[in-house]
Amino acid sequence: MTEIMNSSHTSGDPVLRVTDLKMHFPVRSKGLFPKTIGQVKAVDGVSFDVQPGETLGLVGESGCGKSTTGRTALRLLEPTDGKVEMDGIDVTRMSAKEMVPLRRKAAMIFQDPYNALNPRHTVGAIIGAPFAVQGVEPVGGVRAAVRDLMDRVGLNPEHYNRYPAEFSGGQRQRIGIARAVALRPHFIVCDEPVSALDVSIQAQVINLLRDLQDEFGIAYLFVAHDLAVVRQISHRVAVMYLGHVMELTSREDLYARPLHPYTHALLSAIPVPDPRAQKNREHILLSGDLPSPVNPPSGCVFHTRCFVAQDICKVDKPVIREFEPGHQVACHFPITEYLGSTPIVGPDPGLTAESELEGMQDGDSMEQAAESDLIHEPGTNYKDGPDSLIDPGPGLWR
Amino acid sequence: MMTDLTPAPRRAYIEVEELSVQFPTEDGLVRAVDGVTFAIDKGQTIAIVGESGSGKSVTAQAIMGLVNSRTADVTGHVWVDGQDIVGMTDDELRKMRGRTMAMIFQDPMSSLHPFYRIGAQLTEAVNVHNKVSKKEARDRAIEMLHKVGIPSPEKRIEDYPHQFSGGMRQRVMIAMALINSPSLLIADEPTTALDVTVQAQIMELILELQQEYNTAVVLITHDLGIVADAADQVAVMYGARVVESGVIDDIFYAPEMPYTLGLLASVPRLNQVRAERLDPIPGNPPSPIRLPSGCVFNPRCVYTDRVEGNLCATERPALLPTAPGHMVRCHMSKAEREAVATIALGALGRETT
Amino acid sequence: MSAYVVRRVISMILLLLLLTFVVFILFSLLPTDPARLTCGKSCTPEIIEANRHRLGLDLPVFQQYWEYLKGIFVGRTFAKDSPDPVVCSAPCLGYSFKRGEEVFVLIKEGFPATFWLALGAFVMWLAAGISVGIYAALRRGKWQDKTVMGISLAGYSLPSFFLGLMAIFFIVIRLQLLPYPSYVSPFENPTQFLQTMILPWIVLAILYAAFYMRLTRNQMLEVLGEDYIRTARAKGLPERIVIRKHALRAGLTPIVTAAGLDLAGLLGGAIITESIFSLPGIGSLAVNSVNDADLPLIVGITLVTATFIIVANLIVDLLYAVIDPRVRLT
Ligand SMILES: Nc1ncnc2c1ncn2[C@@H]1O[C@H](COP(=O)(O)OP(=O)(O)OP(=O)(O)O)[C@@H](O)[C@H]1O
Ligand SMILES: Nc1ncnc2c1ncn2[C@@H]1O[C@H](COP(=O)(O)OP(=O)(O)O)[C@@H](O)[C@H]1O
Ligand code: SF4
Ligand code: SF4
Ligand SMILES: [Mg+2]
Ligand SMILES: [Mg+2]
Repeated sequence: MTEIMNSSHTSGDPVLRVTDLKMHFPVRSKGLFPKTIGQVKAVDGVSFDVQPGETLGLVGESGCGKSTTGRTALRLLEPTDGKVEMDGIDVTRMSAKEMVPLRRKAAMIFQDPYNALNPRHTVGAIIGAPFAVQGVEPVGGVRAAVRDLMDRVGLNPEHYNRYPAEFSGGQRQRIGIARAVALRPHFIVCDEPVSALDVSIQAQVINLLRDLQDEFGIAYLFVAHDLAVVRQISHRVAVMYLGHVMELTSREDLYARPLHPYTHALLSAIPVPDPRAQKNREHILLSGDLPSPVNPPSGCVFHTRCFVAQDICKVDKPVIREFEPGHQVACHFPITEYLGSTPIVGPDPGLTAESELEGMQDGDSMEQAAESDLIHEPGTNYKDGPDSLIDPGPGLWR
Repeated sequence: MMTDLTPAPRRAYIEVEELSVQFPTEDGLVRAVDGVTFAIDKGQTIAIVGESGSGKSVTAQAIMGLVNSRTADVTGHVWVDGQDIVGMTDDELRKMRGRTMAMIFQDPMSSLHPFYRIGAQLTEAVNVHNKVSKKEARDRAIEMLHKVGIPSPEKRIEDYPHQFSGGMRQRVMIAMALINSPSLLIADEPTTALDVTVQAQIMELILELQQEYNTAVVLITHDLGIVADAADQVAVMYGARVVESGVIDDIFYAPEMPYTLGLLASVPRLNQVRAERLDPIPGNPPSPIRLPSGCVFNPRCVYTDRVEGNLCATERPALLPTAPGHMVRCHMSKAEREAVATIALGALGRETT
Repeated sequence: MSAYVVRRVISMILLLLLLTFVVFILFSLLPTDPARLTCGKSCTPEIIEANRHRLGLDLPVFQQYWEYLKGIFVGRTFAKDSPDPVVCSAPCLGYSFKRGEEVFVLIKEGFPATFWLALGAFVMWLAAGISVGIYAALRRGKWQDKTVMGISLAGYSLPSFFLGLMAIFFIVIRLQLLPYPSYVSPFENPTQFLQTMILPWIVLAILYAAFYMRLTRNQMLEVLGEDYIRTARAKGLPERIVIRKHALRAGLTPIVTAAGLDLAGLLGGAIITESIFSLPGIGSLAVNSVNDADLPLIVGITLVTATFIIVANLIVDLLYAVIDPRVRLT
């Protein structure tokens, strides 16, 4: 391959850190004299960081502010409040011009493989554009670099001169990915990169993103609404609801031991493609729809739909705190017991030995919690355990 | 197609037989549906799964008689309660639509008329098929809205669709579909446009009402999770054809068709044992204008070498029973198919039954 | 809603003020000297200067504008200090010295002919355009559709002066089916009125109908592809109700909007058609005013035409809110 530049990250800082990020969009009335009649609080106090080579998943329902967070983090939008740091450099108030040299460190991949590419440019021109924009001349020339990129993302380099319309959705997403990795960025925001694709193609693209990460050490902020997809690719996951991060923790913890009531409900709402396991799950049905981000509920924004809400939740907004090491949650009453709803029951054997250990200990605590019978009747889940995919282990859910 | 002019007594309530729909277009003949066959009884749910463009929606619309006979060529049979929908006059069809069979669509945002009140749109559905007074129709509409969980329906009936959220609009669509207690409900990706928490509500509602009315449901989806959650039977579509069908356990625990295997292996699942690499199907879905000859799946199939000669590329396999009620469209021998399934599902970390 | 109307009316008035200003300034920037235009070939500088003073053209531009504006509301008197002052009463849009008449009166006189021409043609083109457009949409891709679209294209590309001249030549002069057009008020002599108007109506209507056929057809095709039409069919509604109740209402809404604006535009005068058929309307007046370089009249007609369009815009917007419940007037 043509060596372009060394993308390995040196500074020791996270590639991205956002602190108390807020992005409010004014709502204006129409007409000759528009006036501001409210604020869409698309992102309302979000903090997280993304470490080099890591994938942070960002999940939540439509309109909860995922894309806005991603775009603000790349400084495609100027935040209303808060701080954005890239590689330890504060870029919150940088002008577009000052941002130019930083742009090569970060890139974005979009959801819609149909509109994200200029239909009048050839694939070669699209993928090579970042070189021209940044004035970078890769060793061996742009053309060779582009052909190499095409090969790497699974496109036929012979198709250099074709137009986007001649490619399928999955192939167009590969074009977008090739363009994003052209300058070997440290960091890519992926905004629902596989949502518009068929499952069989989704898997191809997820694998490609994982391979590129392994090879180049790229960190991803991976925005998606599909928790199963996020689990496939993320090291840590943040769950958003109405402009707030509700829970942020490692993948293993989030799926096996969620704390926030919303995460419990979200996980329970996703049907797993396994009829026997699915039939035996508890369902937490949330009532109602997402409230409007123009008038978010008082106190905890989730209280209108929360199944364990107390009076205090209506007035007192829970701040996000570290409930366990590395496990942040914004809730007054985190749920530590197993509700029979999360599809992952106990440790994920695919994980490292130490997390397996952690999982075992946690399994014990869940057992005790289930006994406590605080919220849900524990019990009837996984009646026919042997048939279901995962052996639930004794005692946990009878 | 059928040589037997007096149809044999029908067993199932709905029987789709060798249904084909072709659209002549400027680019060529679009074969949207090609010999689709399945059957379903009252109170049962069949899920039709497949990638986008595999012909799911056109199948549904053909069953409803919504495919315009002027722009499309429909052949085969759709027996609903012993009557063949294909070949019915427009008026006969119209009388069945909304009364015997009803449909809900993917996008609740655009499926209701933006200019008419919810109430007017519901009572209209009552009035087409029943001679009832204004008041009766209105009461029926309110009762139905109540049933689908719209709070204070007597007030909301005066609202316009844009005053409802997506989830509520889909509830209204369900109310409208079920208002004349049809015996067949076709739901074309009813939750694809909705958030997961709302999707859970809507699926729960559909299944609840299905029990109450003993409706046969044709559920179209590309989400295997929903299939696992809701279906009794499954028909897997690929390239305009049903490539495998059977009861839900056949498809999830004893699949035999390579495409089904690939589909199962490529879905990320929350309860997977290891969050390991997915095993995608290589290549891209076929264009309906240039469906591959032979087996439609052959350009992407990794098992073609297990079939004698070049049969996969030349000979179209038939949809044949492999076990009672379990149909597979593949040239491989049963032994080969089972061997292949064991390998594919073994990689998934699951045993076959 | 009422607050919205008030706000819209206020902004409309501001817009009109702005418009008068722009028009006024534009014309005062023209290289032609309006005072020079006030007298013929044998003109001495003295007369020009005198006229300049009589017309108030020696004042600074902004003061002239102020006088003009004031004139619209309270009237104005030209050449106050001369022995024969010229009075221009309340809505004074200026005074045409060429014609020795107030601009407002001239426009008022031309209005009936223009109004009847526009109204008649409007009714004809809407009726023809919409019905044929729907017919074509329902027969999409069939020979009927193709024929209609072909005719529409032809009608659309035929210039109205050609159509008008042909009509006069063949129908009036050659075949003598109709008397030579000579406008009278419909209340005076309805027969002559109809005989005069029928050709200009048809000529004008053909042009617009051709456009509205296309518009209606495309609108209907778009609406017929909407999900809610599929829902209506899935309910088991008869096709004619699907078309009439569900498709038409949604499909015609944008057409109503376009038609309202087109009508307003025509009320400002159909220049070619009026000239060909010698209708004494605002269009003919506009042509004459340009020929005579009658600046005050040109400014007046421009303002009146613009006012029609701005008012029509407001009406159409309000109408839209009545038809489409999603449009919220805030
Ligand atoms: N430019 C904008 N002006 C006004 N409001 C906006 C703007 N961009 C986003 N919003 C609003 O901010 C909220 C969050 O939007 P965002 O696109 O971040 O959501 P999301 O979580 O990515 O949703 P989805 O899953 O649908 O993509 C929404 O209510 C949206 O309507
Ligand atoms: N009216 C039509 N004219 C031409 N082609 C059509 C028409 N309707 C559907 N098709 C084509 O038929 C194929 C199957 O479509 P569809 O049933 O909608 O797929 P899906 O499985 O995603 O629901 C697609 O390739 C689609 O483009
Ligand atoms: S703070 Fe209260 S309302 Fe919010 S999630 Fe926790 S329990 Fe529910
Ligand atoms: S028939 Fe051949 S190509 Fe088709 S699925 Fe079977 S083995 Fe694969
Ligand atoms: Mg988004
Ligand atoms: Mg579809």
